[in-house]
Amino acid sequence: MAEQTLDDQPLLVAEDLGKNYGRLTACRDVSFALYPGEVLAVVGESGSGKSTLLQLLAAQLAPTAGRVSYRMRDGVLRDLAALGEAERRFLFRTDWGFVHQDPAQGLRMAVSAGANVGERLMAVGWNHYGRIRDTASSWLERVEIDTDRIDDAPKTYSGGMRQRLQIARNLVTEPRLVFMDEPTGGLDVSVQARLLDLMRNLVSELDLAAIVVTHDLAVARLLSHRVMVMKGGRVIETGLTDQVLDDPREPYTQLLVSSILPP
Amino acid sequence: MSQSMTAMIDITNAEKTFTMHLQGGVELPVVRGVSFQVAPGECVVLSGPSGAGKSSILKMIFGNYRCDAGRIDIRHQGTVIDLATAEPRQVLSIRRSTIGYVSQFLRAVPRVATIDVVAEPLIANGVARPEARERAGALLRRLNIPERLWALPPSTFSGGEQQRVNIARGFISDLPILLLDEPTASLDAANRAVVVELIDEKKRQGVAMVAIVHDDEIRHLIADRIVDVTVFASAA
Repeated sequence: MAEQTLDDQPLLVAEDLGKNYGRLTACRDVSFALYPGEVLAVVGESGSGKSTLLQLLAAQLAPTAGRVSYRMRDGVLRDLAALGEAERRFLFRTDWGFVHQDPAQGLRMAVSAGANVGERLMAVGWNHYGRIRDTASSWLERVEIDTDRIDDAPKTYSGGMRQRLQIARNLVTEPRLVFMDEPTGGLDVSVQARLLDLMRNLVSELDLAAIVVTHDLAVARLLSHRVMVMKGGRVIETGLTDQVLDDPREPYTQLLVSSILPP
Repeated sequence: MSQSMTAMIDITNAEKTFTMHLQGGVELPVVRGVSFQVAPGECVVLSGPSGAGKSSILKMIFGNYRCDAGRIDIRHQGTVIDLATAEPRQVLSIRRSTIGYVSQFLRAVPRVATIDVVAEPLIANGVARPEARERAGALLRRLNIPERLWALPPSTFSGGEQQRVNIARGFISDLPILLLDEPTASLDAANRAVVVELIDEKKRQGVAMVAIVHDDEIRHLIADRIVDVTVFASAA
């Protein structure tokens, strides 16, 4: 019971979060709390506001309404908008990861795989070359990339390998929270299955919290504990993933679920 | 009632209706007034023709289907939690350490070895991997899954083998409540007998169980009490 006291406090809290572009509302009235080790999927079609929401949560975009708070490692819940530059840098480089749909956005395509992973370590003060290389190498193994390829640049990698490398680069600093934007988006189906399986294992082994934006309900089912369904910039239904997918309540969620071809 | 002091599951007037928005908002009443209790060490079998709502009730107790009205009180880590109104995190916690669900079909994760599929619920509850694998192996052996298959993912197995893997995964836990959705369907006589044995062992360990079984003989062997689901039929 004692170990649960820490987990009883939310890691990230969104309150009445919204974003307008002029008169256009991209997302509004979003409130939820994410707990340590919890994986939340945000599902919806293009234009539903899910990507805007992810950018608001990851402090890549300033909200026009509401706020996002995050529990720093000292245990204090802080408003992201009020963080100093050093604290923001700490979040982006260490405590958070961001996995983009397009690996080219999250990797440096022309430098070696080892350097891509090592860079995050150097940014947090690692300076022993051998140790950085060893750590990078063991992470390549964890994401099932042949360590013989450590000196090759990701531009020589396949799409699935690039995505796995992006994941290694993000996880090497042992973040507590990872944002993922359509992580299996541009991949072949067989490659997707392997990546999902890998992500599922890493998330549970590392006890990561994650917010995964996806239009693919199968990804939500496999990875997430909880799901939020978005439409027209608002959250229209939320709950346990299997509950929302097996017993959808809202007309739009029923439409989404019924649109999946049976396996 | 004195029984409610010790019941592991205490359901009061639970109710479920599906609203089919894609079919013009048609209301599909499933069950109402569902009320029964399950004590530790007791196996309650739900009976009724197919479509009477047996599976829906099981899914409501697991939190997989939402409950529209009433209470589903679950004894969880020394307190009572109403699953009908519990937060998602509480439901997940209940599933991790209180309620297990043995379904007919395995939702196999690709690439995971059978022995690890079976051991996973123990590992998730903090049992060391070697011990968890040892117990998983013992159970697979009892259910006649040959050792040479243990390292393969169950997705490559026959339907009957997959079901036995699923049963092993469901029965390996030390959870105090088990929900059994046709655990013996499509098994041969030898394996059915093993499942009956496993259920008996769980009873002796004080596990509360709710089961759906179509086989009359099996029902007779495992049921301590039968709850007729047709009395909860929703008058549309």
